[in-house]
Order: sequence, then structure tokens, then C-alpha cells
Amino acid sequence: MSVALVSDAAGAADRAARTASPLSVRGLTVSYGETPALFSVDVTVRAGAMTAIVGPNGAGKSTMLKAALGVIKPLAGSVAVFGQPLAKMRDAIAYVPQRASVDWNFPTRVIDVVLMGLYRDLGLLGRVRAKHRARAMACLDRVGMTDFATRQIGQLSGGQQQRVFLARALAQEADIYLLDEPFAGVDAATEKAIIAVLKDLRDAGRTVLAVHHDLTTVPAYFDDVILLNREVVAAGPVDEVFTEALLQTTYGGRLETARIQAETVAG
Amino acid sequence: MMGAEFVALSLPPILIGICVAVACALPGNFLLLRGQALIGDAISHVVLPGIVVAFLVTGLVATGPMLLGAAGAAVVAVIAIEAIRRLGRIEAGAAMGVVFTAMFAGGVLLLEQSDTSNVHLDVEHALFGNLESLIWLDATGWASLLDPVALAGMPVELPRMALALGVVAVFVWLFWRPLAMMSFDEGFAQGLGLRTGALGLALVIISAVAAVAAFDAVGSIIVIAMFICPPAAARMMTNRLGAQVAWSVGFAALSAVSGYVLAGYGPLWIGASASVSAAGMIATMSGLILAVAAVLGPHRTRNS
Repeated sequence: MSVALVSDAAGAADRAARTASPLSVRGLTVSYGETPALFSVDVTVRAGAMTAIVGPNGAGKSTMLKAALGVIKPLAGSVAVFGQPLAKMRDAIAYVPQRASVDWNFPTRVIDVVLMGLYRDLGLLGRVRAKHRARAMACLDRVGMTDFATRQIGQLSGGQQQRVFLARALAQEADIYLLDEPFAGVDAATEKAIIAVLKDLRDAGRTVLAVHHDLTTVPAYFDDVILLNREVVAAGPVDEVFTEALLQTTYGGRLETARIQAETVAG
Repeated sequence: MMGAEFVALSLPPILIGICVAVACALPGNFLLLRGQALIGDAISHVVLPGIVVAFLVTGLVATGPMLLGAAGAAVVAVIAIEAIRRLGRIEAGAAMGVVFTAMFAGGVLLLEQSDTSNVHLDVEHALFGNLESLIWLDATGWASLLDPVALAGMPVELPRMALALGVVAVFVWLFWRPLAMMSFDEGFAQGLGLRTGALGLALVIISAVAAVAAFDAVGSIIVIAMFICPPAAARMMTNRLGAQVAWSVGFAALSAVSGYVLAGYGPLWIGASASVSAAGMIATMSGLILAVAAVLGPHRTRNS
């Protein structure tokens, strides 16, 4: 009897946690030295949705992701993951940094990068076993990169590198995927492959939050959008928030430039 | 007898040289990949005044006080760099350059001014060490390696350096995965909750342990060379981290053995009478190996 009661209580707590937003940010304020980067950002990310963070250069988009991950220490504010403190819930989050943030000449192979996503299973000294390799290969398969498993990462194209980063995040088997500019400088085929994987994740109930620079693809790719320019200008479903007026407010006079830049980058 | 002479005169310096070279090359791999290759250079410059002060205070050339002195000097260096950077409003690299050279020069001045004539601590020693003088007079042959009485008379630098190598090797083995992840993608490692700041600091401290332990036996030239040359040469031999570290250990040991032998016998072969500094020759050999790897290594260009 008591056993049943305990498991009921645990189940209730679990359900409460799952009904809380996967990622909720309150009063997040970040500055680099004396330069303010984010001011009092409140965001609640909807579970099982794909959300874009959109805004001009220097709007604090990457900073918001990094602060949500605890990579950057905020001046103020809190981050809750399924209603719990971030420190307790790190396993629930997978992170895809900007491709340009690492040295692709690093002496390592594609498969080794994906295996980094299994660090929580492997720990400091755990042996990489056949099952780990199989999991890593399955993740590479989802991004169409199995043929490249033993390649040196420096030999890959930009799009292929981005797919490897996504495969590493898939290996983390997380509930929330945070991606920083996943489509920056990738070829059209890669963009298609990545968006297909992300939509699969969403359809499996996972939550996706991506910094995105190409305004033209926002309605086709994403369910929700956060318009950011150091503060949250607006946030919500794409058809309510992604309007000409709100974009003008977000980008100020730079909206046309942003559109042209996005096209050039995408092309 | 050849064996007895070799064990007494050459074996200890060669083993010490190998320990020094490998202890510096191991962390050097990660410093190189993190773009911090000059940290080894910096450490060996900054610690000199600390080591000299430690000697002046204790009157001993011992690892414990020297490490403390070196640590103190490192703290002074960090504060000085930060102060110069802020007050002078200049970039960190320039501030470091000023502090490292100034502290090394200060250490040299301190050495010249103080009475260190009764111990092996002078400017030449600080640069080149005294590897050749680390002989094992109690040894009568290979059997001495199993004789506790003879082993007790072994130069103290050998067990000391072997211990330092052990500490470095255990650190690299234990933290291999986080070190690799942090060196490749610090943001991802932080996202996993790894304390990359603390680990980066630990890597520098471990490098300092190797540098300070090596300093007494072989001086700073070899330390500077071993942090950079074997890992840099190894990087051009392979595209895998594990293989790179293995190559760097092999290159470090090869530099130590070939450098020692060439310093002792090389001049005789070309008709000169005196031998040259073993530490200098070991550093030269590591540079030559790097040059050969840079010309012939299979992975010497990007993306190959």
C-alpha cells in the first residue's frame, strides 16, 4: 500500500514538472562589462513547439541561449527547466553552439565529436562500448552523415559540420534543444535535413529553441517566435507576433538591411 | 666496465631528461590545442624570481619551498598583469609580455646579487640546469637498480621528477574526456555543466608543477621547448588526439635520449674536445624533430 502511495506521489510530482514550461526565464539581465546585453527578459517556452529567437545583430540572441544554459552568469534573473532549477535539470538540455565558435582543425573524428554527446553516460573513465558507438552512429544516420564517421572534422563542409553538431545534440537524448544559428552558412540540402530532424523532435514532444537570422523562413520553420532586442519586444505564436509592425519595432530602421543580409547568407 | 659506467653516469640524466620531457609534453598538448602554447613559456619565466626568493628564505634547493615560491610568483604575475591591463588600458597579451620578461629579468638580477655560490643556483643553471652532473656514484652496474643501498644514493632529482611525471600523467588520464571536450568546444562543455574555468586553471597548475620540478634539474630552456615542440610536431603526424599525445610522448623521449647522447659524444665525433650542454642539445633536438615533422609530417596542412 505504502509503496503505491509513494509512487503515486512521485508520479504527481513528475506530472507537475512536465506540465511546467520546459524552459522559463524570469527577469534575466546580462551585461558584458559595462555593456548591457539583455535587460529583464521574461520568456516562457511552449512545450513541444519550435521557437525562434529573432532580432538584429547585438540583440543578445546568443547571450540569451547561453544564459539559459548557465554558460554565462546573469547579473539578475532565474532560469527554470520544467519548473526546477537549471542545476538539477542539465540532463534535459542539449546545446548546439555556433559552428564558427570552435576550431574545426582540432585532431578528432566525426564519431568522436558525436560521442561527446554521451558524456553523461560515459563519465570520466567509462569505456566507449559497442552500444555507445551504435547510438552515435544512429544519430549520424538521422543527419545523413554515417559515411563520414571516421573522417577528420576539418575535412567537412560547413553544412556537414553543422550536421555533426546536431548529431552530437541528438546523442544527448534531451527534452530541450537549444541551437545557436543552426542554418548559418549551410547549404540548402543541409538546411532541409536539419529542419526535418528538428520537426521530428518536435513531433516526438521535444522542445526546440533556435536563434535564427533568416526572417523569410520563420513562418515555414517555426511555431512560436521571440522578438528580441536586448528586451523582449514580443513573444508568442508566429501568426500573432511575426507582424510587420512588431518587426519594425524590433529592428528599428534596420529591418530592410536584415532582410537583404539574410537573403545573401541563405543564398 | 661499460655497463657500470653507463648506469652510474648516463642512465640517471637520461631518465631524468625523459621524465622532464614527457611531463612537460603531456599538458603541452592541451595547452597547444587551446591556443595557450605560450603558457609554458610564461610559467618558466615567471617562476624564476619565486624560486630564487624561496631559496633565499629557506636556504634550500628543495621542491616544496620552490613550488610555494613559484606559486607566489604566479599570483604576483596575475595581479601585475591585471593591474597593467586596467591602468594602462592595453590588451592582455601586451601586459603579459611586459610582466613575464620583467619578472624573469628580476629573477636573474636577484640571482646575481645573492650568494648562491655554494649551491647549483645561478643564471646559467636557471637556463640550462645541470643534467650532466646528476650522476649515481653508488651504482656499480645494472644490478644496482635492484640494490636498496645503492638506490638510496641515486640523485634525488630522479624520484622527484618521476613523481611529477606521475602526477601529470594521472591528471591527464583522469580528466582526458573533459580536457578534450573543453579544448575542442568550451561552450558545449559548459553546457554539460563542466567547470571549464576550474579545469583550465588545473591544467595551468599541473603545467606549473611539471615546470618547477623540472627547473631544478634541467633549467628553463628545455621546459619551454618541451611544452611546445613535441606536441606541435605530433599534431602534424596524426589527426587524432590520442595518437597526437602518444606521438608527443615518443618525440619528447626521443629528444631527451638523442639530445643527451649528442651533447656528450657529438662534439667528440666531429673532432672537438669538450661536450655541450645536454639541456640545450635536448631542446635543439626537439626543435629539429619539429622541423622534420613540419616538412614531412602527413597532416601538416589544414584539412588533410
